[in-house]
Amino acid sequence: MPYDEALERFEPVLGLETHVELGTVSKMFCGCSTTFGAPPNTHVCPICLALPGSLPVANVKAIESTIRIGLALNCSIAEWCRFARKNYFYPDMPKNYQISQYDEPLCTDGYLDVQVEGKTVRVEIERVHLEEDTGKSTHVGGATGRIQGADYSIVDYNRAGIPLVEIVTKPVEGTDRLAPEVAKAYVTELRELLRSLGVSDVRMEEGSLRCDVNVSLMPRGSSTWGTRTETKNVNSLRSVERSVRGEIERQAAILADGGRIIQETRHFHEDTGATTSGRSKEEAQDYRYFPEPDLVPIAPDPAWVATLKAELPELPSVRRARIQEEWGVSDLDMAAMHNAGAIGLVEATVAAGAPAADARKWWMGELARRANESGTALADLPITPGDVAKVTELVASGALNDKLARQVLEGVLAGEGTPEAVVEKRGLRIVNDEGELSAIIDQVLAGNADAADKVRSGKIAAVGALVGGVMKASRGKADAGRARELILEKLGVEG
Amino acid sequence: MSAITRDEVAHLARLSRLALDEGELDHFAAQLDQIVGAVARVAEVAAGDIPPSSHALPLTNVFRPDEVRPCLTPQQALSGAPAVEDDRFRVPRILGEEA
Amino acid sequence: MSLIHKTAAELGRLVASREASAVEVTQAHLDRIAEVDSKVSAFLHVDAERALEQARTVDERIANGDRLGPLAGVPIAHKDIFTTDDMPTTAGSKILEGWRPPYDATVTRRLREAGLIILGKTNLDEFAMGSSTENSAYGPSHNPWDLSRIPGGSSGGSSAAVASFQAPLSTGTDTGGSIRQPAAVTGIVGMKPTYGGSSRYGLIAFASSLDTPGPFARNVLDAALLQEAFSGHDEFDSTSIDAPVPPVVEAARQGDVAGLRIGVVKEFGGEGYQPGVLARFHETVDLLESLGAKVVEVSCPTFGYALPAYYLIAPSECSSNLARFDAMRYGLRVGDDGTRSAEEVMALTRAAGFGPEVKRRIMLGTYALSSGYYDAYYGQAQKVRTLISRDFEAAFHQVDVLISPTTPTTAFPIGERADDPMAMYLADLCTIPSNLAGNAAISVPCGLADEDGLPVGLQIMAPVLGDDRCYRVGAAVEKAFTDRWGGPLLSKAPAL
Ligand SMILES: [Mg+2]
Ligand SMILES: [Zn+2]
Repeated sequence: MPYDEALERFEPVLGLETHVELGTVSKMFCGCSTTFGAPPNTHVCPICLALPGSLPVANVKAIESTIRIGLALNCSIAEWCRFARKNYFYPDMPKNYQISQYDEPLCTDGYLDVQVEGKTVRVEIERVHLEEDTGKSTHVGGATGRIQGADYSIVDYNRAGIPLVEIVTKPVEGTDRLAPEVAKAYVTELRELLRSLGVSDVRMEEGSLRCDVNVSLMPRGSSTWGTRTETKNVNSLRSVERSVRGEIERQAAILADGGRIIQETRHFHEDTGATTSGRSKEEAQDYRYFPEPDLVPIAPDPAWVATLKAELPELPSVRRARIQEEWGVSDLDMAAMHNAGAIGLVEATVAAGAPAADARKWWMGELARRANESGTALADLPITPGDVAKVTELVASGALNDKLARQVLEGVLAGEGTPEAVVEKRGLRIVNDEGELSAIIDQVLAGNADAADKVRSGKIAAVGALVGGVMKASRGKADAGRARELILEKLGVEG
Repeated sequence: MSAITRDEVAHLARLSRLALDEGELDHFAAQLDQIVGAVARVAEVAAGDIPPSSHALPLTNVFRPDEVRPCLTPQQALSGAPAVEDDRFRVPRILGEEA
Repeated sequence: MSLIHKTAAELGRLVASREASAVEVTQAHLDRIAEVDSKVSAFLHVDAERALEQARTVDERIANGDRLGPLAGVPIAHKDIFTTDDMPTTAGSKILEGWRPPYDATVTRRLREAGLIILGKTNLDEFAMGSSTENSAYGPSHNPWDLSRIPGGSSGGSSAAVASFQAPLSTGTDTGGSIRQPAAVTGIVGMKPTYGGSSRYGLIAFASSLDTPGPFARNVLDAALLQEAFSGHDEFDSTSIDAPVPPVVEAARQGDVAGLRIGVVKEFGGEGYQPGVLARFHETVDLLESLGAKVVEVSCPTFGYALPAYYLIAPSECSSNLARFDAMRYGLRVGDDGTRSAEEVMALTRAAGFGPEVKRRIMLGTYALSSGYYDAYYGQAQKVRTLISRDFEAAFHQVDVLISPTTPTTAFPIGERADDPMAMYLADLCTIPSNLAGNAAISVPCGLADEDGLPVGLQIMAPVLGDDRCYRVGAAVEKAFTDRWGGPLLSKAPAL
């Protein structure tokens, strides 16, 4: 069903579960390295392979990181909590139980504010808990390389036991047609927050940040939530948005047909943007959670938590508010900069000496346009904030005007070197030589006698055409202001 | 009334990944029923507001520093594996996606 | 006296003073194994070459003037539930047949560091689940006092090895009585240290919150020396206590109960207890009084619920602990014909690789943890556990140690309870409370039952980290009885 129609009939309720691999150097319960991309089964030991007799010991840095995430998300930190075993058989998971947290998570009841279309949406956080990652299987044989139809699988346990923080939102209601955007904004904001905390490298493409998206629909006017589905494997920001939109459309079509939604896990396919049905949850999973007897309870010292709180870095939303104040930018402009990923770039450009307004103008104008054209992120353009600051400096000193400055940026982006080098190579300096300018003006006046006469007779507005002529003849390198003065002087008119 | 039925034992066997034959199911159903009947005596103890003990001793906060230690070599890691391919554990085809 | 009849302390002294070499001592025990183990079946694996090689190393080090511990050069039989990087480790199960761990358990490592000579690995009930070793996938061990009877369990290979002079020392693990009960029924000393006092790292888990490694020996001092050698804090075990080992050796040497307050657990005794067991127990109570102890009766009202609580908690933990035996990474794999799924192969392997007792407990634990049953079974059992700890606490306000018979009966015939799990479970009636509460408890011999001439054990329970009290009382009892009997109890055992 088309999205608009779906929204007319149903109201979506969102839920997001985000798994974040922490950036500790060693695993959650053993000393194996967490480095990505090592040869298979080289980062394994008796503990993370679950060899008989081995025992886990919790990594204190992972506990600390989880508490810091909880604090940054305005959560309460448990005074006493335990790990639990989540029991289910799966070849990726060496112990056939996952050490996780169940009814005693480390952090509970927080929130994260996100901006969507200039509006603040508060996403409430239910819990933040710590668990361990699984190994990775490769499916061999069959046509697709996917799990279905494979002949067998081969498993690498390097990833098994890497600390994983799970951040679960409460159901997000009232997003209406903005549900996909809210979902994306939430993950974007969360990622930025985690990056600012330095707890994870949050690379979705390497799987260090993974998202499960829950969607349910309720008919307009109803307040009873529908059956939800959980879409796994959502591994990019764009996919978060697409998967929510797609699932709303899919569910709406089924409901409109009088069908019912099956509570199930669905899998998102990056290539097609479609989801396919995974394991049905109707045959109820019974994880038989119980407190992990191999690990003793965690009782974070309140003084430690207070220190961690005091030492939290400036959080992205706070930083944005401060910057907005400092730069005197409107909410809308700020949101636009945020969405374009320009804030850090502008900030760095300002730090390199440019006025905030100029820095913002270039990044959000010319450079944003170029990024858009080439389909790259702003941050990935081959130009540094230092380059942009240099360009603004050249403009301020009168060495460049805006039109020339654009050409300089183009040259930098084309790999022609620093702004100074581009100016040099392309010969883009404004014509400041009075003699040269005077000669050009004389030439233009001679060729535009009508306009010159009009100016002489007091129609000063006609000077614009003459200045234009000078700019054209100088191929943009003339200083337009000075040219105007000289023209008026030559025609004996008071400007 | 029996506490555990044969069907329930079949369900428990499935959950526990034990391929039991019919005879075993009958046998275990009878035994488990007897055992569950006996251990259900724990219900006789009035323990309403008594905190449960998951651990023998009240230790807390036992952690290790975030330091890398030597791993096993792939040869050691794979030494007990029933099947190996490309330095990975080779396992029969997996039916469902992970939970 | 031949080398095999000497105490571990004496052997250690002989080796250190070079009056006997570790190689000689080891060879004497290897000879004994060759002579009697075909009857006793204490060992699953003996590595004579490796043992002699270790013995040679000890001799060389002593010749070089290295100062080693008091047990250097003393042979030991190691329960086959501890991983050893130079010997197979099976936990008594087919599912691990032939598995060679790439690492040593902490207990194994410390035995080696103390210069003990590991002769081999001893038989046990599969994954330590049982009280007779009949649940071993490799056949039962036999009680040296009567080969038709069980040597106790689960550490029955270890008790049988020590009681038959195949080793002066052995290791065990005690989850519900698996050291104390086999010690009692074979007439030797077996100690369950305070939970967390000895490391579980490398001990193949049965029930994590209960499993405790401990020593077997033929006398109290040897047991203390062995406990001291392998226990103490271990950073690889989160539940390990970061505190000094209690002064067990000193206490074992002291062996004095004058002025000590001793509580007799009122709930243990009476119906269901073998008269000969009760007779020896009451005799021991009188003995302790005669030695100057103040003996009183103490009630521990929830101890009667320890057995059902245990049979919920231990199976629950085991159902999860044994999930890793799934045919994917190590051990047995059955039915992998290229068409079956991982799920099917797991289920076929586990069905073929686990024995009936293990399957029973896995399913019982799965049941107790299932949603809908958790609160009534596992949850309630954990509350009972709290109450049992409180009973102990209250008792230890009144007395310094508690005593009871270790087991309700002497060694029963092999096969008698094999298909009657409930009858089998009763063997651990008196030992389980200390596992649930985590406190220290020991079993020392206190005579032979009149009706069958088989050994009876006295259990001495002390508070958490009060291990030294067990040894102190145990040593006093041992000394008094040895005087009375004119020698150690084992000297009355029939020749093999
Ligand atoms: Mg999770
Ligand atoms: Zn590891």
